[in-house]
Amino acid sequence: MEPTSHAFKTNARRALDDAQLQRALGNVQRGFIAKRANAVARLPEFDQLRDAATAVKDHTLAHLDLYLERFEERVQEQGGRVHWARTAEEARAAVLGICQEAGAQSATKGKSMVAEEIGLNDHLEAHGIEPVETDLGEYIIQLRNEPPSHIIAPAIHVNADEVANQFRIHHTQFAANRPLTEPRALVNEARQVLRQKYLDADVGITGANFLVAETGQSVIVTNEGNGDLTQALPRVHVVIASLEKVVPTLEDATTIMRVLARSATGQEQTVYTTFSAGPRRAADPDGPDEFHVVLLDNGRSNMLGGEFQDMLRCIRCGACMNHCPVYNAVGGHAYGWTYPGPMGAVLTPSLVGVAEAGHLPNASTFCGRCEAVCPMNIPLPKMMRHWREREFERHLTPAMDRAGLKTWVFFATRPRVYHWMVRLPMRILSVVARRRGRLRRLPLAGAWTRHRDFPAPEGATFQAQWAASRRESPD
Amino acid sequence: MTSARAQILSAVRRNLHADRGRGDSARRAEVTTRLRHHPRGPVPARSDLEPAARVDLFQQQAETASATVARVAAWDDLPGAVSAYLRARNLSAEVTLAPHPDLDGINWAVGAPVVGVRRGTPDPDTAVGVSRALAGVAETGTLLLRSGADSPTTLNFLPANHIVALHAAEIVGPYEDAWDRLRAEQADGAVPRTVNLVTGPSRTADIEQTLQLGAHGPMNLHIVVVGDVG
Repeated sequence: MEPTSHAFKTNARRALDDAQLQRALGNVQRGFIAKRANAVARLPEFDQLRDAATAVKDHTLAHLDLYLERFEERVQEQGGRVHWARTAEEARAAVLGICQEAGAQSATKGKSMVAEEIGLNDHLEAHGIEPVETDLGEYIIQLRNEPPSHIIAPAIHVNADEVANQFRIHHTQFAANRPLTEPRALVNEARQVLRQKYLDADVGITGANFLVAETGQSVIVTNEGNGDLTQALPRVHVVIASLEKVVPTLEDATTIMRVLARSATGQEQTVYTTFSAGPRRAADPDGPDEFHVVLLDNGRSNMLGGEFQDMLRCIRCGACMNHCPVYNAVGGHAYGWTYPGPMGAVLTPSLVGVAEAGHLPNASTFCGRCEAVCPMNIPLPKMMRHWREREFERHLTPAMDRAGLKTWVFFATRPRVYHWMVRLPMRILSVVARRRGRLRRLPLAGAWTRHRDFPAPEGATFQAQWAASRRESPD
Repeated sequence: MTSARAQILSAVRRNLHADRGRGDSARRAEVTTRLRHHPRGPVPARSDLEPAARVDLFQQQAETASATVARVAAWDDLPGAVSAYLRARNLSAEVTLAPHPDLDGINWAVGAPVVGVRRGTPDPDTAVGVSRALAGVAETGTLLLRSGADSPTTLNFLPANHIVALHAAEIVGPYEDAWDRLRAEQADGAVPRTVNLVTGPSRTADIEQTLQLGAHGPMNLHIVVVGDVG
């Protein structure tokens, strides 16, 4: 997928003015936040599991080469094949090659963010193979010809009436005047249409939440069952996964699983957690004849050993974006690439470069909610700060910002001057706003006051208050 | 030409400084030990119960996940339980059975209506499938089904209604105990093609975050717990 992260500011402004989108984004708050909080409250061991899950990934990343080798060995022992891909291009070519070898006309797909990252659908389509998204959310956005706007709820930006419109345009086999106002009717119609697609497909493509080195299994976590029909019915099963998905053992996968669903949807456990290893065995009555795993690097090996390694612990639960005030205001598309929200603001510059995606780590208030809810303890704000520093070092920051920062440094390193500079405006502001306690307009801060009032300062500066409190209670 | 595989692995080793510090053999030893002993992480205390209470927790958790649960005394009572379930929901009395000895060994020509059975993999329009689970996990009300000659995977997903039978003694507390059961059942570190953990019927919230059951998999999941513990 071609990034448009450089246009974040324009994208964000457009998103703020989009009434349909703003209505849909309300569902993020309603749908996810309370459910996660309840699920966490029901499990007294949650914090302990979170630290254990973090340790599992840290251990795995420190031995990544060895676990990947072991995973490959186990896949091969069971009659499967591993295809290593350095870049998106190599991964696309590997999947296409498997499809062509199978003589495939269509391929069903379970939800995979890595497939989005490498732009797999367009590539298959360009070579005459029809990709069919089967996760309901992914299916909806495929009909709308859009990328996902959330990593676990790809169509969170779409309202039910918009889904109904798409279904009327694309599902011409049904009566034009059928009722489609209820979500139930929409789900039933998609179920009926996709049922046939599963049966017709020659290849089924899924992502992976984990790769288990001990057993050579790939693991998907779903609620709909689409991933299972995708991988159980066609003749060929292709898994596409990035390097850092590997974990040592079933026990290690279990530890992470216990924090994944709770952080994502607030479920104790997702409906289907499926472990797949190799093609069908000789005595099996069903299952695919071929099993392939495409292992993608695409910049991840370069994150090892550096200040962004912790990001590779990410398990794609989406909690950081659900709790992010910026994501909740602008939605996922504004971020301009596959991964939105705080995790995207850290990962995107790592994978597509800070020159393209430098705006993303700037679009944060550093409120810290993302880190507070991250089940893998990823220090997201700290890493966004690292990106800001790199952007500044590389002179990618606009001249105005640089000048502003330099001015700030001048005052911040001279406390006395700072104190005098702040005291005067504070007095003036508190006099002007005396009655309301808020300011509706402020010179040089139009961008702020256009959308909200500016709270007027009350009392003395922090420095003055600090000095006063020291005088009162000297230690 | 260096292969993609070699390049990726050498980039990983280089960036991890794998050749420095403890050295390669210490790293390998640590990995081998972990894989051999697969140590458990923190196990939630909630399922650390006496066997009977564990079965109760399993039922309660499965019901919370929108499954229904029935308990019968013996395998011979299964056809009656299936028949009653189908009658109560006005479903067809034709079911597809997993070709499992425990299900084959039963006389299905009882109950009212008599349940018509066929065995094997389901057709796309099969309404009711009956499977045999390897274990139940009380922690979250989860079933463990694995593929094999006696257990077609498509039976877990194609039919609109899925009935799963297991013995009460097969209900364990945490997932880790279910993994041990699976390892014990498989010879010499073999792994089944598919292991399905199933917690309730299929669902989606992709349309405006409203929960709808029966997205692509079964709309109804009915669990029959056979026998008693202790």
